[in-house]
Amino acid sequence: MTSRSIKAWLLVAALLLLASVATVAWLNLRGEAPAPQLWREQGAAAPASPAMLEKGAYLARAGNCMGCHTAQGGAEYAGGRGIETPFGVVYAPNLTPDAQTGLGRWTADAFWRALHHGRSQDGRLLYPAFPYPQYTRVEREDADALFAYLQSLAPVHAPARTHQLRFPFDTQAALAVWRALYFRSGEWQLSKGATPEWNRGAYLVQGLGHCAACHSARNAWGGSLEEGLLRGGMMALQDWYAPALGGAHLPRQELVQLLQTGVAPRASASGPMAEVVFRSTQYLSDADLQAMAVYLQSLPAPAPPAVPAARASDAALGAKVYTQHCAQCHGAQGEGRPGAINALAGNRAVNLEDASNVVRMVLQGGYPPATAGNPRPHGMPPFSHRLGDAEIAAVSSFVRQSWGNMAPAVGTIEVYRAREKRRH
Amino acid sequence: MDFSNRSRSKAGVWCSRLVCEGRPALVLALLLSSAHAQPQPPVDSMAWRVQACSACHGDQGRATPEGYFPRLAGKPADYLFRQMLNFRDGRRSHTQMRYLMAHLTDDYLREMAEHFARREVPYPPPLRPQAAAQVLAQGEALVRQGDAARALPACVACHGAAMTGALPAVPGLLGLSRDYLNSQLGAWRTGARHAQAPDCMAAIARKLSVPEVAAVSAWLAAQPVAQGGRPLAQLPGPAPMACAGMELR
Repeated sequence: MTSRSIKAWLLVAALLLLASVATVAWLNLRGEAPAPQLWREQGAAAPASPAMLEKGAYLARAGNCMGCHTAQGGAEYAGGRGIETPFGVVYAPNLTPDAQTGLGRWTADAFWRALHHGRSQDGRLLYPAFPYPQYTRVEREDADALFAYLQSLAPVHAPARTHQLRFPFDTQAALAVWRALYFRSGEWQLSKGATPEWNRGAYLVQGLGHCAACHSARNAWGGSLEEGLLRGGMMALQDWYAPALGGAHLPRQELVQLLQTGVAPRASASGPMAEVVFRSTQYLSDADLQAMAVYLQSLPAPAPPAVPAARASDAALGAKVYTQHCAQCHGAQGEGRPGAINALAGNRAVNLEDASNVVRMVLQGGYPPATAGNPRPHGMPPFSHRLGDAEIAAVSSFVRQSWGNMAPAVGTIEVYRAREKRRH
Repeated sequence: MDFSNRSRSKAGVWCSRLVCEGRPALVLALLLSSAHAQPQPPVDSMAWRVQACSACHGDQGRATPEGYFPRLAGKPADYLFRQMLNFRDGRRSHTQMRYLMAHLTDDYLREMAEHFARREVPYPPPLRPQAAAQVLAQGEALVRQGDAARALPACVACHGAAMTGALPAVPGLLGLSRDYLNSQLGAWRTGARHAQAPDCMAAIARKLSVPEVAAVSAWLAAQPVAQGGRPLAQLPGPAPMACAGMELR
């Protein structure tokens, strides 16, 4: 090859590189109008009306901002909680109006850009652990109310913790590529053919509620291209299965009850969903919860599994463990105790094709959230130290294959893995 | 914290000595007889609501001297309440406890604490001492006298001469396993266990050497429980140091 043709090839390669960088940059910035004002002087915030603050407080509940932006036992909204992702730990920053460490010098424009375009005040791209792929649908008026509410909080001095991400995920370039592939900033579009109730539900579920952040499957890069369908998915690192939300798997009123109180006759909010009910949905109005339920039930129901469920190999052991440890509360026929202990017969969580949640419940037990509608919940004991892997597998299979339940059996190895990976 | 320091039966299941060492028939008989003796409480009672606790802390929070998990029955309500807050808010670290407490309110946790504080369950006799006489003597001296030279207060100065604790918030020290006592004092020394500041027990534990912790735990775990384990109505004397854990809230 002559030096001339090498030069030509180098030129082509350089041009290609330039073109991809330009494409990624364009995909990151498209649709973004220049923000009029991103910084403001201290003390210059316009006072918000009580109605606006009340609305903002309600929306902050709907978005469960507090859930990530409050460290365990720490000041509310002052940040510091680490969100574990497959790429490392992302620490939520301080949302209180502290001038040095919080949003004290932010403007409503800057806040809108963060919510809508996923960019920080200084222009940095934000990690999608902050669910802006969903928050991008929040309307400007709501974003402004939310911002006014956050600005009304007592400022807390709490410097941001540095994210602990592995290379190359800690670079803005990698984030830009991710965003080019998986993020589109979007406007909320009313569906003309649907009722106002359905539209309100869709707006809350797809926007602030950010249900898709957990209830949709993700690829190895944490991207999801079908999130609108809420088909369910395994939550990375948490090892909880966030079930599909479409279809009428619960009567509508029971779904509302579940979101409002944390418990319903055949369901209770456990694992990460207990937190969502505890900090968020229990505070939403009846009308909004109804609207969310209407919208969710209008989504397509998940298809039933194609393969018949594998039968348990050790049904006798399962029955024995159930009689010894479970029947006292859940009943000999898995009927539960109304108002106190969930029935297992016909229980959707028990029947999910993925057995993770059943195994987690047996291992760790748990309390549904204490809510205004159910302030003194009954709790399930943990069995991780009382039962071996084979016994937990057998009893999980037993409850999944008795009283009309027809879910695949659970293997000992699945219990072993759940036990080893248990972190939360 | 995990359970790896406990023994496993051949079946690979954690269990108490009574069950694992070949007397399941006796246990069953005991369970059946107690079931006959007492009518079951209604399903909306606190007894049902705290079933989640009994798996580790025993029926009515009685625990067992063989097990690791501490007794809850009869401990001062304020102490129990604060410990639940400490788990929930990250001052004490135990994955399982944190998980169970995470989404419960102060009101409900207080009610649970009061439920267990009211349980009057007899204490079993202590296990035989598990250390040499010399070690036990060192432990007893630290518990009863402390060490004035190091400004180390005696345990009995707050926990009472009978070491059954004092209302409203000082816990009893007896009826706990040596492993649990070692683990708690160790956690205070290393900063894994906290209380609200000023955290007197952290300051005290940091003055103890590892052998001293072992001596104190070995001696305490071998003492019988006096006065039914009931805590004193108030501190036995002026508190030797500032301690947020003793203040009423």
